[in-house]
Amino acid sequence: MKKKFTFNKQLLIPLAAILLLTVFNLIADPSFFAIKLDQNSAGDPVLSGNLITILDYGSELAILAIGMTLVTAATGGQDISVGATIAIAGSVILRVLCGTDSRPETLQAPVIVAFLVACVVSMVFGAFNGVLVAHFKIQPMVATLILFTAGRSIAAWINNNELPVISEPSFAYYGNFIPGIPVPTPFFIAIICMIITALVLRFTTLGLYTQSVGINENSSKLNGINPVFVKFITFVILGLCVAVCGLIKVSRISTINYSVIAKDIEMDAILAVALGGNALSGGKFNMTASILGAYVIQYLTTTLYKFQVQSTALPAYKAVVVIILVVASAPVVREWVAGVWKKRKAKHQVKEAN
Amino acid sequence: MKKRILALLMAMVMVFAMAACGKGEDDGLIKVGIINNDPNESGYRTANDADMKKMFTEANGYSASFAYSLKNDEQIQAAQKFIQDGVDYLLLSAAGTAGWDSVLKEAQEAGVQVILFDRTIDADPSLYVASIVSDMAKEGQTAVDWLKGQDLAEYNVIHLQGVMGSAAQIGRSGALDAEVAANANWNLVTQQTAEWSAEKAQQIVQSVIDAGTSFNVIYAENDDMAKGAVAALDKANISHGVGKDVIIMGFDCNKWALQELLAKNWNYDGQCNPFQAGYIDEIIKKLEAGETITEKTIIMDEKGFDANTITEEDVNNYGI
Repeated sequence: MKKKFTFNKQLLIPLAAILLLTVFNLIADPSFFAIKLDQNSAGDPVLSGNLITILDYGSELAILAIGMTLVTAATGGQDISVGATIAIAGSVILRVLCGTDSRPETLQAPVIVAFLVACVVSMVFGAFNGVLVAHFKIQPMVATLILFTAGRSIAAWINNNELPVISEPSFAYYGNFIPGIPVPTPFFIAIICMIITALVLRFTTLGLYTQSVGINENSSKLNGINPVFVKFITFVILGLCVAVCGLIKVSRISTINYSVIAKDIEMDAILAVALGGNALSGGKFNMTASILGAYVIQYLTTTLYKFQVQSTALPAYKAVVVIILVVASAPVVREWVAGVWKKRKAKHQVKEAN
Repeated sequence: MKKRILALLMAMVMVFAMAACGKGEDDGLIKVGIINNDPNESGYRTANDADMKKMFTEANGYSASFAYSLKNDEQIQAAQKFIQDGVDYLLLSAAGTAGWDSVLKEAQEAGVQVILFDRTIDADPSLYVASIVSDMAKEGQTAVDWLKGQDLAEYNVIHLQGVMGSAAQIGRSGALDAEVAANANWNLVTQQTAEWSAEKAQQIVQSVIDAGTSFNVIYAENDDMAKGAVAALDKANISHGVGKDVIIMGFDCNKWALQELLAKNWNYDGQCNPFQAGYIDEIIKKLEAGETITEKTIIMDEKGFDANTITEEDVNNYGI
């Protein structure tokens, strides 16, 4: 009973944000919520509208948020290299699909093979971060700064700095639409990731272990949990999420630009975790709240685009959200809110007694 | 005493060593030191570097050394080394605009002639012989003039800008802004920076489509953003290209972009010319013949390709 109460409380932040944005859009322009069923240029039915855009672009962020939540919970720090490692994963996928020719007429390997290779590579890079953080006890932000700086150069190097373009239309399915299915594919991919995550958290001890390591490393060690391994494995899982995200990103436009692909996405992923009400200092987490947080960020972005806010100004709006979150979760404010709450409750009880 | 003798000996050795270096010039080749940005920086830079390597060969009468860096201080060090090596010409594409005065003075004292390419620097013009640059404003003007020539009844333009404040963005935005301000039938449906990124461009165009606003021109300041915009159009079944609903304009002349033009999916692509080696060669030949360079700043010819007139040959010659 008590557990359920805290669960709801944490979902409150992203739900309140969704409500706020929805009310704002309803007042400003209700046509925001219009959804149309159209045909795309290939003649297949596709849904379009702002809500579909949110589902589409929010999905890649939601996938990243899953991994980022685990890393945050276990290490009390964040991985800032995800944008750069997405570039690496994307580059690997294109390299495998293209072989040595940067503009192949046909794919040199099945997409699934390319994706699996990218998974392995991203997990290796995740493991690299994991070893630095878990074994060498370097602060996560400092450790991942290495790949943050070097990742995009590595991505360029994988393809000899060429920009491969894939003309095979079936490759574009993963980031756009599968013919005949009007809902964007990234949403399905995100759903699959969410189901797998839910099953893993339900049937393994991963959730329990990451939280206990995040709350108190020493006591979990005394209880037989290996904190080094738990931290390490969260980075490897994040690596897997990065590979999925990389596939969606390169599939969207069937090519890659090393310096701008998934730029600043790490900040959005971290913000999603924070919006989910999870403590960025580690410990307890709520996966549902993080995923909702990711869609809230996309909701905010799409709303701002709709009202033609300059895209250079978007980070400023996100910064406002961060400020509100940080202030709201500061101990001083929390104590004050709890104090006010108690007083009101006390007054209420007094009234009732009278 | 011993130390003094040692110092003297070392000084003598150095003098001899330097003299030996100076002798290397007698093989009749013109020695050039080329300082460039990292060729991995962009497709533009890769093409630029390949062009330099193709021009400054022994077969063309040059003995060239190359140094690459994206950092100003490393480039300055490389310049000092080239001056010590006694190059005849120093070719420079500076990473940063400031801090070049003292090393260029060194070059002048050593009799090394400096030619700037691609990028200008904040230094006294007397310190270099010539500077070969792109005129981004002219690139924008050429594109806008072309668009004007399409004689549309109304221009509803989605303007996708590069990273704000970059030379390419300022130049390419300026011409369009002026035209929109001057004509009542030119409207900006939206003007956003997609920061050279295809994904961002796709999202911005998507939001315009979702809002139900109509438009008939996409003016993207590079090819990547044009590609992202086209992806959004394809999703919404809006036709684009020659004789279709929406005119697509890009810049940089990537090979794949020119192929889109050839297939008539896009309408226009503006060049940002990375091929400066020919211009530099011409200047060096003139200087060697004892002529003086009258024009310090040389602006390169830059083409704009129209999908109706582009040929396979253009794609191969100008695609980067």
